Amino acid sequence: MLKLGLPSKGRLQDDAIKWFERGGITIRRTGSGREYAGQVEGIEGVELVLLSAGEIPRELDAGRIHMGVTGQDLVHEKLPHWRRDLVELAEMGFGHADLIVAVPSSWIDVETMDDLDQVAAAFRAQHGYRLRVATKYHALVRSFFRDQGVADYRIVDSQGATEGTIKNGTAEAIADITSSGETLHANHLRILSDGLILASQATLFMSRNADWTAEGQAILAQMCHQLDVAPPQIDG
Amino acid sequence: MRAAGYLPEALMGHDLMQLSALVERLMAGFQAAGAVRVEPPALLDAETLLDLYGEDIRTRAYTTHDPVEGERMLRPDFTVPVVEMHTAMGQEPARYCYAGPVWRRQEPGSDRPTEYRQVGYELFDRGDDAAADADVFALISEALQGHGLTVATGDIGVLRAAVAALDISERRRAALMRHIWRPARFRKLVERFSSPAAPSADRARLLAAADAGPDEVVALIKAAAPVQGQRKRAEIVARAMALKEAAAEPPLSAEDRAMLDQVAGLTGTVASAADRLAVMAVDTPALAAAAARLAARADALAARGCDPAVLPFAAQFGRATLEYYDGFVFEFVDEARPDLPPIASGGRYDALTAALSGDAGIPAVGGIIRPEVLLARGGV
Repeated sequence: MLKLGLPSKGRLQDDAIKWFERGGITIRRTGSGREYAGQVEGIEGVELVLLSAGEIPRELDAGRIHMGVTGQDLVHEKLPHWRRDLVELAEMGFGHADLIVAVPSSWIDVETMDDLDQVAAAFRAQHGYRLRVATKYHALVRSFFRDQGVADYRIVDSQGATEGTIKNGTAEAIADITSSGETLHANHLRILSDGLILASQATLFMSRNADWTAEGQAILAQMCHQLDVAPPQIDG
Repeated sequence: MRAAGYLPEALMGHDLMQLSALVERLMAGFQAAGAVRVEPPALLDAETLLDLYGEDIRTRAYTTHDPVEGERMLRPDFTVPVVEMHTAMGQEPARYCYAGPVWRRQEPGSDRPTEYRQVGYELFDRGDDAAADADVFALISEALQGHGLTVATGDIGVLRAAVAALDISERRRAALMRHIWRPARFRKLVERFSSPAAPSADRARLLAAADAGPDEVVALIKAAAPVQGQRKRAEIVARAMALKEAAAEPPLSAEDRAMLDQVAGLTGTVASAADRLAVMAVDTPALAAAAARLAARADALAARGCDPAVLPFAAQFGRATLEYYDGFVFEFVDEARPDLPPIASGGRYDALTAALSGDAGIPAVGGIIRPEVLLARGGV
């Protein structure tokens, strides 16, 4: 049996179910209203596992599920070595979210990461502490800032309502997921012109670390065929 | 089970005895040279390291959280704890030696150890820098004699001197100095100063406002959004005015660019580099001090029995390491074993002691040996 991990609720689950439907695979919630159970029809040998989207990367990494649907942002953030352990089977065309760097719109002197670097240096000299970037995505931000050569900053953790941290005085800039940009605009924030860290969307991932039998690989091949997705190479 | 350091077995029996003997031999050599043995703490205040190295330290140092003490980091090297120890209780001049584990996070898939031993020697002295540099280098060189290692040396101060010699604004100079340890960014900055790109429409609008005066800039800010957060309106205005000045700056001259390239490309031996820099200083007098320093170091090395005419030198060497080496840098490697890290490395780090102490700081130079790598090569 192949285990397919799906987000346990919400728009992501609805859109995922619709996506699988195009390949003749029907995912049906079973049990009572609140029960996390379901079944997969239209293909033999696939079992549904309902999980929170944030936990799917870990389950894929551990090989406890063979496949899973989750955002690329969560995989890239939580699994720095994901290229070694996971395979992107298909980008699913929904759940689009860009991880971006944003600064106050009043900073009319800051358009690029280079501007931010200069401002950070001046900020530290002026205030005696490093400019703070509020974000949930520590690894991605650290990596991006390093690649861009921005050094004089600190990350402060923000698990939610990140757009409000600057006004509250707990950060000077933010790195957050945005889709329409409306929340940013409403909070007087502007995205840097080269501030796109990652353009993420919902993706069907496969785990190299799961137990892949010959039978399992056959089911995967069938699934890929139905979904019109290129089958991956699974090394022994 | 991951090996301890680079030795094929975990530490017990003969391997353990060999390693212990080597460590004691190296320490005895440092102590004979006047070093006091110290054992600084392994668990450090994370704030100190974060303040010093920035966020990047999180990819290198193991971090843990203590509910009472806050974030702590396992020492990735001995530099910070030894400097702190010296600042708290040392007398100058001071020589220290130490032996013990350091911990470093590695990239996924790396086979570098996350825990290994270092044996090190640090010299804090306000006196003769050249003599101190030579002292550290000679000691480590002597300890590694007969092991067939290849040495590389450099001097970050030479590149700094070239940047100091450029005919540019202090703002630009400061930007280049900040990024000396990031060669790619440094190069991009030099290119931008040489041939500035046309400003964006928004930037052009900002520059035009700055031209008209601070009040116009304030008006632009008001039109954009209410000012929020700790960065105040006055700071935005100040930077707008600075950008206006920067836009009016002439590009980096071709001569300056050539001088910078020439200095950055300086390679040869310590002796030949000192000679060549002295020649360059005739045309660029601001390089004279750096040339004199190199010459003094060459003499000091010769006095310690290390021939500067055979010691390799490259101005670029040591740039991509952890920040704060700001002068003499050196490294001993086994060229036949590219799978192994350097057997020894070190340099001058005046900027670090200054950053830690908040003011001038005491000049400091030191180096470490990786005893496990030495043993892993065999023939010890």
